[in-house]
Amino acid sequence: MNNNIRNRLLLILVLLVASVWALWPRTVTVRERIAKTGQFHDTTLKSVPLKKGLDLQGGMYLALEVDDAKGVVANKAEAIDRALKVVRNRIDEFGVSEPVVQKVGTDRIVVELPGVDDRARAEGLVQSSAFLQFQITDKTQAFDKALARLDGVVKQGGGAAVASAADTTKAASPLTNLFSKSDSGKAKNDSSKADTSVATATGGPFSKLIQPGQMPGEYLVAKNDVPTLQGYLDRKEVQAALPPGKSLHWGSEDLSAGNAAYATLYLVDSRPIITGEYLTDAKPGNDPTEGQFVSFTLNNEGGRKFRTETGKHIGDYMAIVLDDRVMGRPPVIQSAIGTRGQITMRGAELQKTQDLALVLRAGALPVPLKIVESRSIGASLGADSIRDGIHAGIAGVTLVVLIMLFYYRFSGMVAVGALLLYLLFTLALLAGLEATVTLPGLAGLVLSVGIALDANVLIFERIREEMVHGKTVRASIDEGFKHAMSAIIDSNVSTVITALVLYEVGTGPVKGFAVTLMAGIAASMVSSIFVVRTFFLLWLNRTRGAQTLSI
Amino acid sequence: MLRILHDTKIDFIRLWKITTVVTLLFILPGLLWIAVSGYKYSIEFTGGTLMQVRFAQAPNIADVRSTLDDSGIKGAEITQFGSDIDYLIRAQDPRSVAQQTRGAESIATEIQAALTKRFGASAFTVQRTEAVGPKVGGELKQKAIYAILLSFLATLLYLAWRFEWRFGVAAVVATAHDILATLAFIKYANLEISLIVVGGILTMIGYSLNDTIIIFDRVRENLRRRQKVTLYDTLNRSVNETLPRSVLTHATVFATLLALAFLGGEVLRPFALVMLFGVVTGTFSSIYVAPPLLLWIESKWPRASTEAGTASRARNPRGAAVTMSR
Repeated sequence: MNNNIRNRLLLILVLLVASVWALWPRTVTVRERIAKTGQFHDTTLKSVPLKKGLDLQGGMYLALEVDDAKGVVANKAEAIDRALKVVRNRIDEFGVSEPVVQKVGTDRIVVELPGVDDRARAEGLVQSSAFLQFQITDKTQAFDKALARLDGVVKQGGGAAVASAADTTKAASPLTNLFSKSDSGKAKNDSSKADTSVATATGGPFSKLIQPGQMPGEYLVAKNDVPTLQGYLDRKEVQAALPPGKSLHWGSEDLSAGNAAYATLYLVDSRPIITGEYLTDAKPGNDPTEGQFVSFTLNNEGGRKFRTETGKHIGDYMAIVLDDRVMGRPPVIQSAIGTRGQITMRGAELQKTQDLALVLRAGALPVPLKIVESRSIGASLGADSIRDGIHAGIAGVTLVVLIMLFYYRFSGMVAVGALLLYLLFTLALLAGLEATVTLPGLAGLVLSVGIALDANVLIFERIREEMVHGKTVRASIDEGFKHAMSAIIDSNVSTVITALVLYEVGTGPVKGFAVTLMAGIAASMVSSIFVVRTFFLLWLNRTRGAQTLSI
Repeated sequence: MLRILHDTKIDFIRLWKITTVVTLLFILPGLLWIAVSGYKYSIEFTGGTLMQVRFAQAPNIADVRSTLDDSGIKGAEITQFGSDIDYLIRAQDPRSVAQQTRGAESIATEIQAALTKRFGASAFTVQRTEAVGPKVGGELKQKAIYAILLSFLATLLYLAWRFEWRFGVAAVVATAHDILATLAFIKYANLEISLIVVGGILTMIGYSLNDTIIIFDRVRENLRRRQKVTLYDTLNRSVNETLPRSVLTHATVFATLLALAFLGGEVLRPFALVMLFGVVTGTFSSIYVAPPLLLWIESKWPRASTEAGTASRARNPRGAAVTMSR
């Protein structure tokens, strides 16, 4: 018997040491990118190895799918695999510690970014296709020539929703100011020709929204008119009437003249002179006169191609088109360009420049992605949740301890001692399984304290009954454990079944709950049964032949 | 030795007619109400956008509402969330959800922009946003129903294996009762069906089943031991014998749930409420639904000696004589 107790105590000690070891704070290196400098920075700190879920530490969760609206994708499964690689590359460079990028099911990518609170930035980074093309702006005035036709098409389709003509005439005067102000530079002046074409077209529902810009293929649209025009451009029949072999892109920069702001619209040759697939590197940079820029390097093949193409187009304007948007204002090609070039980002924040360099480096997305689910939780809310959870835990455990001590006295103390071990075991198990602790997980932990005691209650009640039936203390304890067993196992199994189902079905936070519940049940089998039994055996041994048991 | 409810001999089962009426009076109006006006579902299920905003100082709600209306976010629901500076903004109407498909985040960005324009960027912080496309929401709804059915089926199979079928059926019907009662409770309490509430329902299923199992385990044992006693008496005796355990376990679980409900924060409160109710209905059903049902099944399909294979664990030779009337 003595041997038996020693072995039991030894096993408990081993479990105790293992648990403490599993939870011992260890040094972790956190790699972060400093927003100001763009450099990676490593900090080492000590922390308890319990992984906190996004809902507790703050962060972002994104679910992405192929965007069918932007064209049919032939092989979705293959496309999503390639997209996954690109997204992973980007996230790795983004500089978040312990990001998760994984495929869920067959058609969804899930991204988890702990500690990230800049929602818009993270979404842009993940979602931007980063499909880079260099296209020559149109010099044939194909758009001006098509305006009359477009007017007709819009009228046929019902151009009723057009803003009043007065708006356009009002807009005309600041526009002239704009020209006189900045007309001097490299912008080749086609305005005289353009002006006439506008004059002829004025009055049409489509053409009156559009003013010629300062370079071939550039057009200006009053900001207020942008939604209307976009509405027209979205129509199938309008798209069919656009000049063939050309494509129309909005510019990233707005122009302002006086009080009026204008969006830029560019007609470019559909055939790109080169695309981003030849890109080998991209770096953010800063120039005192030019402002922010991204310099890029092409591989040899791309460089050759680029040199030939730009050689053919000296004097033309080259639009740098990223994801269907013209970046900055198209520069004029002064001489043939080789393997190196740059995209000026005038006025953009450093972070935007960095992100552009990043997505260009990481590669273009093979398919457009859309965000089907997005969650973000601020770090302070997470901290609040942890605090609330701990408060609830302390209050819950205190109440439970009081109830047990009040009702079972000495045996209650044994159960409470086992309960503390139970908490330690559960947390150690969670750390060992590298499970994620979430807010519902904390709830599960608090709740499981109540449930873990059920086993002890069942055993204690049984011991009492046996004692009432006149059995000795030792026999009562033996019988009590024996008879309570089937009930304990049956009830635990039914809880495990529901926990398994929850794990299967739930998303992140709820999965955390299921894992905690299961870890709790496993730990309670050890603490409530094995540990409590050992304590009783120890007690029996000390008080040889005890006639009464405080239970 | 402190003993409460020690050696009680309460005839619980006798009251089954009254309790059945009581529980039906609770459940049926609730179900009827659900049938008429349905549930409120969370963003997770309907799709839409939710934003939890903390203002620097308590804002005028009408002001917030009109700000959002003016910027075209119509029909957004604004509710206080805990303290008077925390608010939930929900854009959940079908039009907003449809807009979501064009990029799930667009509405959250719009809301934030509108609030910044009106109150300034430093007047509030966005604590949490959730934007869910309609497809994801639909999937989750299916999954939740599937989860409840699956856990139901899995526990039925386990019970059928562990006990004989009569017990299994009685326990499952008791659990079904608990689910219905909880669904009615959710409607009465005006709680929103969210993933965490579904989690609460599933946990409640496990917990209430525990309770029934503990009593049935005792019934099984008593049937084996005292073969001359009627099932009616055995059931009553078993309920009485397990009463101290029930009281104590429910007390400890209730205590932890109360702590969660009051201190665990807004997100966990619905879960704690559902579970608190689950403890009540679970206790009720394991006394007033499962045992009377077992009696009824016994009277319809009495245990025969030919069934020895399945009935060996809990044989009651006089089972045929047991009836519901007494």
